[in-house]
Amino acid sequence: MITIIDYGLGNVLAFANSYKRLGVTVAIARGPADLARSSKLILPGVGSFDHAMGLLNASGMRPALDELVIAKHVPVLGVCVGMQMLARASEEGREQGLRWVDGDVCRLDSPGAHLPHMGWNDVVPRESGGGLFAGLESDARFYFLHSYYFKTDREADVLATAEYGAPFACAVRSGNIFGVQFHPEKSHRFGMRLLQNFAVLH
Amino acid sequence: MLRPRIIPCLLVREQGLVKTVQFGAGKYVGDPINAVRIFNEKEVDELMVLDIDATAAGRTPDYKMIESLAAECRMPLCYGGGVTSVEQAKRIIGLGVEKVAVSSAAVENPRLVGEIAGSLGTQSVVVVLDAKKRAGRYEVMTRNGSRATGRDPAALAGDCERSGAGEIVVNSIDQDGTMSGYDMTLARAVRAATTVPLTILGGAGSLQHVADLIASFGVIGAAAGSLFVFKGRYRAVLINYPNAAEKDALLAAARQAS
Repeated sequence: MITIIDYGLGNVLAFANSYKRLGVTVAIARGPADLARSSKLILPGVGSFDHAMGLLNASGMRPALDELVIAKHVPVLGVCVGMQMLARASEEGREQGLRWVDGDVCRLDSPGAHLPHMGWNDVVPRESGGGLFAGLESDARFYFLHSYYFKTDREADVLATAEYGAPFACAVRSGNIFGVQFHPEKSHRFGMRLLQNFAVLH
Repeated sequence: MLRPRIIPCLLVREQGLVKTVQFGAGKYVGDPINAVRIFNEKEVDELMVLDIDATAAGRTPDYKMIESLAAECRMPLCYGGGVTSVEQAKRIIGLGVEKVAVSSAAVENPRLVGEIAGSLGTQSVVVVLDAKKRAGRYEVMTRNGSRATGRDPAALAGDCERSGAGEIVVNSIDQDGTMSGYDMTLARAVRAATTVPLTILGGAGSLQHVADLIASFGVIGAAAGSLFVFKGRYRAVLINYPNAAEKDALLAAARQAS
């Protein structure tokens, strides 16, 4: 079952409602015991990096999540700050990240592109993204709201790019670990398609 | 390419939606959740919901309503009304709202914007400035337009940006509900004083007004109340929004005219 991680931040109910519309059963985890039956995980997040990491650390779910994602290779999708949390660290804060994907979160500093990057932008997948962008290869628009982006160590971990002053990685993947900078739960049919794709990933 | 945002702005009063004219008594236009469902179907860019009585009545935000709005919204949501502290802003973001708007409290407590930005990030903090022309110049008003601040909207917008606001919304009290077009002079003054995303509210009465704003400013937020809740010259309540083709045509026309 897809489990949405509820550590007190992010659009948990919006994800749950989106999946309900898609006819996919989901669970919401508020503690380690709720994670036991997860076959896939969604890690939402909004706000600042330190605030989000602080809440996740305090949730008591970190060891169970490491076990599921690293030892058992359960697919996980980090969204917005939830994607940034997959990294080692962020220029926005002092907390350590989850260190699940090799890279750091850096400030989007492109000349002429004012921050935050806010609104609907085109997303260009590098390939079908292991299925995450199936059906979204030629026309994909998503809602962005951020000032920082994920800079991966390996170019191969970049799944999709968007352009704001300069191209940046807006989706990453390392094995079973996926992250998207934009908000699929707030991106109408484009977002619904991506969430459905994540649900049917093998 | 980043697109301009076309944003319905819904005003909440006593749990119902209203639309005001120049901040006066509102006309009842429907139920908030029902409106959100219709805007979902219409794939709107973003939605702004302002509880216009919360601050004036000294009320705290209605978290129950905010939670149900956020859960229902399949587009990004900005909530404002009655937010006076970082704790309230955190709780609202925790309910799944993307952006929290502060207005009266941001003017009355200059440290608030910085405090919210420091804990939630600048992208989550919006400052809404209600401006009115008085004696030939613009002035920011608070508490539903009832209290004059003596502050110039452009200067204050610049201060709010430096404090950590991630977006400025400028609402023209004079244009509110008149459907006679945006106040372009006010918009230009605030644009010149800021670099963060800017959204203009007040006066849009047709998609041409929206196109004119985008032609002048490029990537900007064009917000409207009446335009998206009324239809026809008798102002029948009918929730509406341009479809994908109409929106593309509007943006193309705006690009050509710019």
